[in-house]
Amino acid sequence: MANGYQNVQEDVMAKAVKEGAIAGIIAFLMFLVFVGIETYQDINNQLVWRTRWGLLAVFVIVAAVGRFLTVGFIKPHLDKRKLAKAKTGILEVSEEKSFFHKHFLKIALVFLLCYPFLAMMIFGRQGSLKYVDNFGIQILIYVMLAWGLNIVVGLAGLLDLGYVAFYAVGAYSYALLSAHFGFSFWLLLPMAGILAALWGIILGFPVLRLRGDYLAIVTLAFGEIIRLVLINWTDVTRGTFGISGIAKATFFGIWSFDTGTANNFAKVWGLPASSVYYKMFLFYIILALCMLTAYVTIRLRRMPIGRAWEALREDEIACRSLGINTVATKLTAFATGAMFGGFAGSFFAARQGFVSPESFVFLESAVILAIVVLGGMGSLTGIAIAAVVMVGGTELLREMEFLKHVFGPDFTPELYRMLLFGLAMIIVMLFKPRGFVGTREPTAFLRTRKAVSGSFTKEGHG
Amino acid sequence: MEYFIQQLANGLTLGSIYGLVAIGYTMVYGIIGMINFAHGDIFMLGGFAALIVFLILTTFFAGIPVALALLLMLVIAMLMTGLWNWTIERIAYRPLRGSFRLAPLITAIGMSIVLSNFIQVTQGPRNKPIPPLVTDVYHIGNITISLKQILIVVITSILLFAFWYIVNKTPLGRAQRATEQDRKMAALLGVDVDRTISITFIMGAALAAVAGTMYLMYYGVASFNDGFIPGVKAFTAAVLGGIGSLPGAVLGGLLIGLIESLWSAYFSIAYKDVATFAILAIVLIFKPTGILGRPEVEKV
Amino acid sequence: MATGTNTMTKDTILKVEHLSMKFGGLMAINDFSFEARRGEITALIGPNGAGKTTVFNCITGFYKPTMGMLTLKRSNNKEFLLERLRDFEINKVAGVSRTFQNIRLFSGLTVLENLLVAQHNVLMKASGFTILGLLGLPAYKNAAKAAIEKAEYWLEKADLTDRADDPAGDLSYGAQRRLEIARAMCTEPELLCLDEPAAGLNPKESLTLNALLRGIRDEGTSLLLIEHDMSVVMEISDHVVVLEYGQKISDGTPDHVKNDPKVIAAYLGVEDDEVEEIEEKLEEGTI
Repeated sequence: MANGYQNVQEDVMAKAVKEGAIAGIIAFLMFLVFVGIETYQDINNQLVWRTRWGLLAVFVIVAAVGRFLTVGFIKPHLDKRKLAKAKTGILEVSEEKSFFHKHFLKIALVFLLCYPFLAMMIFGRQGSLKYVDNFGIQILIYVMLAWGLNIVVGLAGLLDLGYVAFYAVGAYSYALLSAHFGFSFWLLLPMAGILAALWGIILGFPVLRLRGDYLAIVTLAFGEIIRLVLINWTDVTRGTFGISGIAKATFFGIWSFDTGTANNFAKVWGLPASSVYYKMFLFYIILALCMLTAYVTIRLRRMPIGRAWEALREDEIACRSLGINTVATKLTAFATGAMFGGFAGSFFAARQGFVSPESFVFLESAVILAIVVLGGMGSLTGIAIAAVVMVGGTELLREMEFLKHVFGPDFTPELYRMLLFGLAMIIVMLFKPRGFVGTREPTAFLRTRKAVSGSFTKEGHG
Repeated sequence: MEYFIQQLANGLTLGSIYGLVAIGYTMVYGIIGMINFAHGDIFMLGGFAALIVFLILTTFFAGIPVALALLLMLVIAMLMTGLWNWTIERIAYRPLRGSFRLAPLITAIGMSIVLSNFIQVTQGPRNKPIPPLVTDVYHIGNITISLKQILIVVITSILLFAFWYIVNKTPLGRAQRATEQDRKMAALLGVDVDRTISITFIMGAALAAVAGTMYLMYYGVASFNDGFIPGVKAFTAAVLGGIGSLPGAVLGGLLIGLIESLWSAYFSIAYKDVATFAILAIVLIFKPTGILGRPEVEKV
Repeated sequence: MATGTNTMTKDTILKVEHLSMKFGGLMAINDFSFEARRGEITALIGPNGAGKTTVFNCITGFYKPTMGMLTLKRSNNKEFLLERLRDFEINKVAGVSRTFQNIRLFSGLTVLENLLVAQHNVLMKASGFTILGLLGLPAYKNAAKAAIEKAEYWLEKADLTDRADDPAGDLSYGAQRRLEIARAMCTEPELLCLDEPAAGLNPKESLTLNALLRGIRDEGTSLLLIEHDMSVVMEISDHVVVLEYGQKISDGTPDHVKNDPKVIAAYLGVEDDEVEEIEEKLEEGTI
């Protein structure tokens, strides 16, 4: 018996060595050209090359050792654990939830409400700017965008690869209308949302009868069309230069955040001049907008229209047989999602004070979609977690100054930001194909509310 | 008229390149029903491989005949990207086969981001210019046709024929078509589905590498973000021609190339991509399965 | 309530006239006419590939027939030409509901939610097309409560009350079939079309199903069903129409159809000239 076990062990080791070696060879061949050789322009602007064998060796060794460890240790370990679990017959789901788990949402909300003040207390007035703006506002914008897209992709199951178009419509609506007509943020915010929803309907109407991946590619095309128009319609949009000097949001017209005005917030309250108040103010606006998105989503899910969205995701043909106008239902999902994209866009314009087509590339759509899927389609909590992990994680990379001491002064962590973002997307999907939160909360119940396992929900065909 | 023919020639050249990339999209979509978003970056990778091979060749063998250099660039780029796509399929797509349908789409988008940023990090963000490889130019009346244009169209045609032959006349092609029709049934009948899918990825990558090499030869420059726009256009071509159909992919590619060059010539260069995407949208709205796609019968 | 079919007026609810359906060059249905009467269970039977599901798909709006007229008469005497309605209107306006041969439930929604989705149009109106509902007006709250009550009624009928909060995809095959019928009934149809409701059921489940269908009929909904299982057909249907190669070969009471030589020939797969032979044998009483 023990002998047999040893044999198995040896077999595993032999296999691990072999697989590790193969992985090393493959990595050598793959990276030989791209890592082993570096191309650069010399002083005469001529393209020349030099070798980087050391770096290539690192890549090869990492691949070989990684594969060896996976096959030799990690995989047998995981298999053993799975087997042990199957033997005991206990499911992973534990019934008892901790206090933290139960009140997670309340705790998170309280934390968010205190966050700017906490940041200011810990890092000082100027030091907190970074935390309120780069982390707080940045992440919340993505949370809002992802929650908006979630209505389209997560609930209605319509794959939209051009969501950023509505974000752009919102941002440019604010920028242009505020520049030309001097409308205030509080007027333009709803207007931007309505305009974006209108665009959602205009673009959605002809394409929503398309199925599946066709819908995906047409939405991608529309996203690109809007961006290209923004670039090329220079008379209105100033093309790639973008529109700058966009008016700031005001405290409901009472206080202004522009320096030099009589009703400047800091001046009125006798505070030292700093841009942090505006950032804090923006933080609360975007937090409120996020809450609005969440509230509407939660309410809509319990309404007939929200249920119809989810039913549409599950089975469109059955929907039609039950008398549901599927085109109208899809259109409302599309328009609602677009509206939140428009809100986020106008907020973005107010925050940046500058918009250009650069901010609305396909990559943005891809990032937002990735957050929705990584979070677990349909789950607001999961999506928020995904946004924190993915956006916060990559923002954090900007802060990793200490890495310069490890890798030398030439090392710029920012360069690796998107590389790591992409890798994270792949890795999360491989381990959690249904995202962080794979279960679905039912919208109505007779006796007990039980979460629906992700294995039953469908992802729609579009 | 001559201007028109000139633009036609330019459009055909560009269209051939799009068509080659489109085949990779269409084959992968046909066989596993997935939009392989990273395919455009595979195309970019192919161009970079060719570029680096070219640099090495010109350093060590300064007087190498152009034809031989081009051949070596093509072969090495094809092998290299084939290996990359094989590995990518193995680690990022295969484990997700049969799971949640959006998961492989997300890993493909992730892979696309990884590939372009990988090249940006390892080879630098700047455009990489190379001296012109093929410079011969022929004049017919007022029409100028360069040898590289002819080369591109000829190589595309040869590859297309080879491809058509493989898919329609060989056991491998039969296995591919069987897998496309019904993966489970094909597996039951002894088709090695995993291997067939792997080979499909390798074949698609090899064609993308050829396209990448020719793109490099045509424009004389490579950049890490070259993958996205041509990639989207090639995918557009695949959808326009009817996704899943090989002749459709080529037809779609040629159409996109022609639309692009004619639109730039007669209307505005700035809006050429808008024209491409708008035509895609219009075609899909009126004929959702593309030009040569099989009509999709809704099963109730 | 349960006085059965006798008290019901036997007027026509669905009239199919000269229905033809062509797929490419293939004539799937060829000049097919029949009538389904109100308050009855009409069965559409026939060998595999006879075109039964195609007829169904034409009636329920999933296919547009090549030719023919499909008239539905509601209890308020309003008539609808089904082939002219948009797909979802067939249920919403004409009151025709259906189930599918390969069950189509919203598998990720709970059983209760499935039944609530079926009441979409009623609830949509009550919620003022979402806007009033978002404001939390009582009208919608009452409608939502009524919807749950109706769902409970059908859960009870379909024997699914215990599973109300489980995902539909988690139910057994037989339960899924019953849920699909309950869901169709929640749209309050006048005509319920069932595509092979007994397929894949064991004898016990089959009996429960018969009781459920009879109950539905006795409450006033007319039924049209496709079925392979002859025991189910003969047991519950009031009227049987037999289809073969897209054409009607027999039409009448179960007894009439059972003894129709053409039907026997079709089911046994006999050539046309042998039909007479069977006719003779029938008269002799050897079959």
